[in-house]
Amino acid sequence: MYTIKDLEKIASQVRRDILRMVHGVASGHVGGPLGSADFLVALYFDTMQPDPSIFSMDGTGEDIFFLSNGHLSAAWYSVLARYGYFDVKELTTFRKMGSRLQGHPAVKEGLPGIRMSSGSLGQGLSVAIGAALAKKLNADEHLVWCLMGDGELEEGQNWEALMFAAARKVDNLIAVVDYNGQQIDGPVNDIMPLGDLTAKFEAFGWKVLTLYGNDMAEVIGTLKKAQWFTFQEQPVIIVMTTHMGYGVDFMMDNHEWHGIPPSDEQLARALGQLEETLGDY
Amino acid sequence: MLNEALRADVRYWIQDAGCWMFDATYFIIFYHLQILKFSNFQIVISMQDYVNSGSKDTRSGFGEGLLELGKQNPRVVALCADLTGSLKMDAFAKTFPERFIQVGIAEANMMGIAAGLTIGGKIPFTGTFANFSTGRVYDQIRQSIAYSNKNVKICASHAGITLGEDGATHQNLEDLGMMRMLPNMTVICPCDFNQTRAATIAVAKYEGPVYLRFGRPKWPNFTPPGQEFIIGKAVVMNEANDISIFATGHMVWNALQACKILEEQGIGAEVINIHTIKPLDETTVLKSILKTGCAVTAEEHMQNGGLGDAISQVLVRNFPAPLELVAIADQFGESGKPEELLKKFGLDIPDIVNAALKSINRKKGSGH
Repeated sequence: MYTIKDLEKIASQVRRDILRMVHGVASGHVGGPLGSADFLVALYFDTMQPDPSIFSMDGTGEDIFFLSNGHLSAAWYSVLARYGYFDVKELTTFRKMGSRLQGHPAVKEGLPGIRMSSGSLGQGLSVAIGAALAKKLNADEHLVWCLMGDGELEEGQNWEALMFAAARKVDNLIAVVDYNGQQIDGPVNDIMPLGDLTAKFEAFGWKVLTLYGNDMAEVIGTLKKAQWFTFQEQPVIIVMTTHMGYGVDFMMDNHEWHGIPPSDEQLARALGQLEETLGDY
Repeated sequence: MLNEALRADVRYWIQDAGCWMFDATYFIIFYHLQILKFSNFQIVISMQDYVNSGSKDTRSGFGEGLLELGKQNPRVVALCADLTGSLKMDAFAKTFPERFIQVGIAEANMMGIAAGLTIGGKIPFTGTFANFSTGRVYDQIRQSIAYSNKNVKICASHAGITLGEDGATHQNLEDLGMMRMLPNMTVICPCDFNQTRAATIAVAKYEGPVYLRFGRPKWPNFTPPGQEFIIGKAVVMNEANDISIFATGHMVWNALQACKILEEQGIGAEVINIHTIKPLDETTVLKSILKTGCAVTAEEHMQNGGLGDAISQVLVRNFPAPLELVAIADQFGESGKPEELLKKFGLDIPDIVNAALKSINRKKGSGH
């Protein structure tokens, strides 16, 4: 059982990992991963608490997670390693040739904790729905979680999936939208405004919760609340507002930090703002 | 006829005498194929006769196979995108409603859900037309099924030009190429009702992504009903020495008819049913081509990317030999009756006969 303080410390270390991984290979994404770190830490260390030692592709008998916006890989890999799926030293191999830590999550290399390749956007929610249906068919009363990006909602397949899950009452599923308001070319509101997401999801038949995703106590509380709403003949979705680049002042809310690596000097400045809590890898 | 065939064969031996040394070299190279060149002395006896036991659509073979699978294996689930009747999935849907998932007209979502169902140990069979099973959802298949190596069976009906009246929007002629190019993907195109039924049952036992292609029209049903379907093992339908005809899907029947016509002209055509395009049975292909020295491929698909392309690669890499492709030449289809379209687009029986004669002539010209 971790306290809020413990989880915040882990999140700080995850943020350091993200920056050092991307800097180490001079390639990758930092903005989205920094923003989603609190959620991923809360989900693994508090909400799901899966057992890494019995990881199986089928995920029978435990809650399972899918990352639809695969470019958040650095955050996910760090959380998986810090949680015990593999040695944190392996984080040094991120995006390098021969690594199990591919640029975007992949199953081919057999990295424990990953069940689906992602990166090409808009596909994760459908996959999560399929896994949730399999759990129902197997009478496995565990949940399926799926994190999606906000810009990713521009992909039409999401809306097919949203329609389906409500119509078929896939109520063992919790989707989370990382609503940081930024995408590659600029603010989401300029590129393709999403409008009132809560109203849209409700109109599609989902139970909608909102959350500020960079406050650990609020994240923990809302994820618990979301679980209460499962198995009530309705899928659940959380619109989670975050700051892209959270934790590093000069990266915050700036879409230009979507997919560029920090320089040596920028890394030093960024790490200066994040406490080393578990020891760098 | 026997005498004529024998005479024709002898004539060929004499013509080919000059290249026996050449053949011998290849015999050494391909010793691992254990080809007995003595088979050149085989006498062409009248071809094996295949009788149409009553025309049926191959999609109905899929429907029957799927229903059978439903009874055999509780892990089998089926998904359909608003084409349950067309795909003949209604019997499965009615018998196993809890294992049938209607996704509506949302093929991308269907592919993702199918991929997800494998996580949990299900064996999902997706059903829609070939066009919506491939091009419409290529990236979903690529990332969530092929790259992720998920045990999804993509079942595609109404493939090829024989879809007929609906026209080019629905006549997918590129699917074999698209699916062949994906690593991890097995590509199967059975020839008739019985074989489609058998293939459907066989793919459930195989672990990995499969593209299973079949068609709309009623078509001769001529393979034995109980025949085992072995993925990746080509079926030699008729043994002969003068030319190899590699055919897939509906075109296997046309190839057998072409074979009869060629036989009347004293030409022995070896007909091989390539029901698995990938992995291709290269051993059987080479064994045949080493015997005959020339070939024709026949498929209801574009020349680009399909069976002809696959066979070409095998020949070029191992034993270059004249090859004629009976396939659609870089153009879209159009509305019409299946038989009219087969004729118009060059996939009819006489087209295979002519291609065979051309290929044989090229062989003679090349001194093979």
